[in-house]
This record gives sequence, structure tokens and C-alpha cells, in this order.
Amino acid sequence: MTTTPTVRDAGTPARTLDRRTPRRSSLTARPAVGLLFVAPLAIIVAILFLVPLGVLLFMSTQNWPLLGGPTPNGLGNYAEIPSNALFVGAITFTLIYTILTTILIFGISFVLVAVSNSSRRGAKFYRTTFFLPYVVGTASAALIWLAAVNDRNGVANFLLERLGFTDGPWGFLNTGGQALFTTLTLVVWKFIGFQVIVLLVGLQAIPNELYEAARMDGATTMQRLRYITLPYLRPTLALLLILSITGSLLAFDQFQVLTHGGPDNSTITLVLAIYNTAFAQFDLGKAAALSVVLLLALVLLNGVQLFLLRDKDDR
Amino acid sequence: MTVITRTPGGTRHKTGAARVRSAAAGTGYHLFSGVLAAIFLLPILWAVLNSVKPAAEANSNPPTLFPHSFSLENYQKLATYGAGLGTYLWNSIALSVLVVVGTVIITVLAGYGFARFQFRGKSLLFGTTLLILMVPYATILIPLFIVLGRLGLTNSVFGLALVLIMFQLPFGVFLMRNSFESIPRELEEAALVDGCGPFGALRYVSLRLVMPGVVTVALFSFIASWNEFLGPLIFLSDGSQYTLPIMLVNLSIGQYGAVDYGAIQAGVVITIVPVLLLYLFLQRFYVSGLVNGALRG
Repeated sequence: MTTTPTVRDAGTPARTLDRRTPRRSSLTARPAVGLLFVAPLAIIVAILFLVPLGVLLFMSTQNWPLLGGPTPNGLGNYAEIPSNALFVGAITFTLIYTILTTILIFGISFVLVAVSNSSRRGAKFYRTTFFLPYVVGTASAALIWLAAVNDRNGVANFLLERLGFTDGPWGFLNTGGQALFTTLTLVVWKFIGFQVIVLLVGLQAIPNELYEAARMDGATTMQRLRYITLPYLRPTLALLLILSITGSLLAFDQFQVLTHGGPDNSTITLVLAIYNTAFAQFDLGKAAALSVVLLLALVLLNGVQLFLLRDKDDR
Repeated sequence: MTVITRTPGGTRHKTGAARVRSAAAGTGYHLFSGVLAAIFLLPILWAVLNSVKPAAEANSNPPTLFPHSFSLENYQKLATYGAGLGTYLWNSIALSVLVVVGTVIITVLAGYGFARFQFRGKSLLFGTTLLILMVPYATILIPLFIVLGRLGLTNSVFGLALVLIMFQLPFGVFLMRNSFESIPRELEEAALVDGCGPFGALRYVSLRLVMPGVVTVALFSFIASWNEFLGPLIFLSDGSQYTLPIMLVNLSIGQYGAVDYGAIQAGVVITIVPVLLLYLFLQRFYVSGLVNGALRG
């Protein structure tokens, strides 16, 4: 597309300066119009984000049954967290889940990246395959797993039996450990594609000349990995680490669908505990206090991320 | 299969022994990768295969690996559960369309506003919008429930759509602002001189230039709202307003009678096929969005 220079020249003679001094342009000279364009955004952010955030902080200091009014409770809801068995269990379990998920996804993603970063024919197909589960909804993925591991006719039990590993259904969801294991397989399958794609993009951003120069200097594969690849990928790895941790801390769908937090409340995550406290026990104040704690943890992690990614610009 | 791969620093013409070695490595690579790819594809494939078995076969013990006969019975049964598949499908479509349209309109306007105008509170509003990223709605869903209740918007697809739109805003506003900033403003100014208002300049001149960004924002908001589970679970209490994922999960806990794995898998297939197709056709936009959102956001 081309511009119409004649009209422009007729309108404002000093046009050539515009590229350097955008503030002088005819558009930006009208601040009221700018406000009009961002008004819908401002309204939604104010009503559905800032107001609820304020309500959340207020709510966490109140005794607030779902059906009924609030009465002040000071910091009582926070003080009760350490003695609330459901919350303590949920915090412990969520931390264990987060650590395991992050280790598994990081370890396995390196293998998948090695496979899909190959220049061989077919590498692109493999890359697409690894990523497909990422667009499948977590609830749908959990339902596929639920059908596959059911005791009545689940295909996972069938295969284990046929291969001679078990005698009868293995009981994928029978104990806390088994339920966690089953959920971890689901989570790795569902989310790892994202990590693979982001790592691939990070790898492609490394200038090829560096590798060639290193090779001429006689650097080994390990040395190239150690001194070129890893330093360049550091910001990407830091980002993925934070995303994996924050994502795991907020896990809900997979547990709600697959384990229902069971057996015996052994797989209740923080969000599941918040959800149950608010909408099954109708105790909004306690649920809000736990939400604020989770929120602070997330803000802290994001602060760490900003700190880690600072180097990106320094380089 | 071509054996000649990139061999930097080496010769392109290989000796016989090297060729054999390279072919062996290639086979090993494809064996290993093929098994990995199969692991990633099998769960989806298995759900599809099960969904087209006759209902009795899909629920039989022991299970069959491949359908012995083809049937759409599972899909037909799904149509009769609860308020009927049609209702849930329509609810899911309505929710996703509302979210996509709302997100696109708000983020295009705001992106244009941020990229082209100076006004008081500009960086404050932009910063606050990005702050939403730090506060996933799982943590503010309870006050959101109260606020929506005061506005009379609980148990309404419209109210739920507003909530889901809000969580698409950081990504969308960020992407649209960058899109507008990357196109020259001279075009719009020419339009202004020609008598367009600022809105006309956006509508008739710039919008078509930022279309890739619009497609990316629409794609992300569609996939997110189509797959959304926690939101509908909390904000919709009337069974006839449930979306597809909620209905299927209710099916899996036996809300409509004995758990019918064949029907569940038919529902899963209906739920995942649209997003898989969208992804395969619009992969370019999806990956660019991921990279822009994740690496720069």
C-alpha cells in the first residue's frame, strides 16, 4: 500500500519531521479522543479487576458466610490457616505437585527439543505432535485419562494386564500416590508442548556463527552446550521455570475432574481448597484469606522473574 | 528418505560407509521419535476410536482396541443427556463468540489508543492491565462472584463472558498495541486529512494492517473460552446454561445415570476437534502469539 503524498503535502508542509516527532501529529494532539479509545478497557479493568481485588482484601478480614452479611474478624482468617488441616494439607500437596511437575516437564522437554530441533525430515511433524495436546482443554484431557484408567474397562489397565505387569486393575486413582502419579502423566502430556515450542524459539535465536566459531576452535559438543547454548537460553529457562511453578500452584481442572481431590483428600490443591471452602463450606472469609496468601506467593514469584529476566536487556 | 543432511564443515558427498552409518542413525532417530509421537497421539486417537464404537462395545469389559463395528450410537446417546447436547454446544459456542468479539473490540480500540495517543494515566492503565497477568482469576474468583452478583450477572453467559474477556485483556492489549506501533502512522494521517475521524482512520486504514494480530487475539481467546472449566463451574448454576466441558464432567460423575464412557469420549471428541482444527490451520498465528506473549510479555 502506498500513501497519497499530494494530499499530505497540501495538508501540512512540515510533514518530513513527523517521523521523528510523533507527539506533534494531528492524532496525538487530541488526548480526549485517546481516552475514548481506552474507555471500554478502563471500565472492565476497574469493575472486574480492581474492585474484586479490593473486595478480596476486605473479605479476608471478615467472617462472611456465602448467604449472609460480613462481620469483622480482623486477621483471624489468616491466623487460622496454620491450624486448618485442609489448608495445610493443600499447601503441602501443591508444593510437592509443583516440584514434581517442574522437574518432569524440564527433564522430558529437553529430550523432545533434541528430537524436534533436528534437521532431519519429519522433525516438524514430531514437533506438531508434541504440541497438539496443549490446545486440548485440561478438562477434556482429564476425561480421556479418566476413561483410560477406570477399573471397569480402562484401556490402561487392559494393556498392563496383557503385558503381564498387573493382575487385575492397577487402581490408578486408588491411593494418594497413585492418583498423583496418574495426574502427573496427564499434566506432562498436556502441557509439555508449550515448553518445547518456547525452547525451540529460544534455540533458533542463537546466532549460528557462534557454533561455527566454536567448532573451528575445537570445542566439544559439551563445551558448546555449556558455553553457548545454556548462557543464551538462560532467560528463556528462567521464564519457563516461573511459568511452570505459577501454573502448577494454580492447578485445579485436572484434580477436580480426575481425582476430585481424593482419595481421602490426599490430592487437594490450593485452588481446590479455596473452591471447596467458598462454595461447599460457604466460608468466604477463610477462602479469601487463603487466596490472598496464594496471590502474594504469585506476585513474589513474578518479582523474582522480573529480576531474573533483567539480564536479558543487559546483554 | 534423503540421507544427505546438513554437515557443516564436511563434504556433501558421502563415502559408502558414511552413508550406511548415517542411514542407521536416521532409522534410530525415527524409531525413537516415532514412539514418542505415538505416545502423544494415542490418547486422542483412542478417544476418537472409542467414540465410534457401538455403546455396548465402548463400555465392554475387556475393552476392544479397535472398533469391531462402526456406530454413532455414543453421539446419539449424548444428545439425550441432561438438556441435550445441542443446548450445551450452543452455550459453548455463544460463550466463545461473546468472548472473542468482546476481546477483539476492546483490545483493538485500546491498542490503537495506547499506540497513537497521549493522555493522562496512560501508563497507569497499561500497567494495571498487565497486572491482571499476575493475578490469575482462580485467586479472585470469590470476590468476582460477589461483584457479578451485585450486578445481577451471575448465572448468565454474558457475565461469565465479561470475566473471561477480562483475563484475555493483558495479552490482547499488549499484542494490539505492538501491532499498531509497528505500522506507520502516516497512512492514518493521510486519511485524517481526507476527512476521516480518528475512528474512521482506524476502521478503514489501519485495521486491515493489524489483521494478523487480530487473528492471533481471536484464536487465543476462542481456545481459552472454549476450553474454560473453572469459570462456568462457578458462575453458572443453572444446568441448562452449562457449557460442554461442565456437562461432560457431570456425565463422568454419574449425574445423568450410570457413567457412560462411550458417551463421554464422544463428547470429548466434539470438544477437542474444533480447537485441534483451528490450531492446525492457524498454527502460524498461534505460535507467533505464544512467542510474543511468553517471551516478551
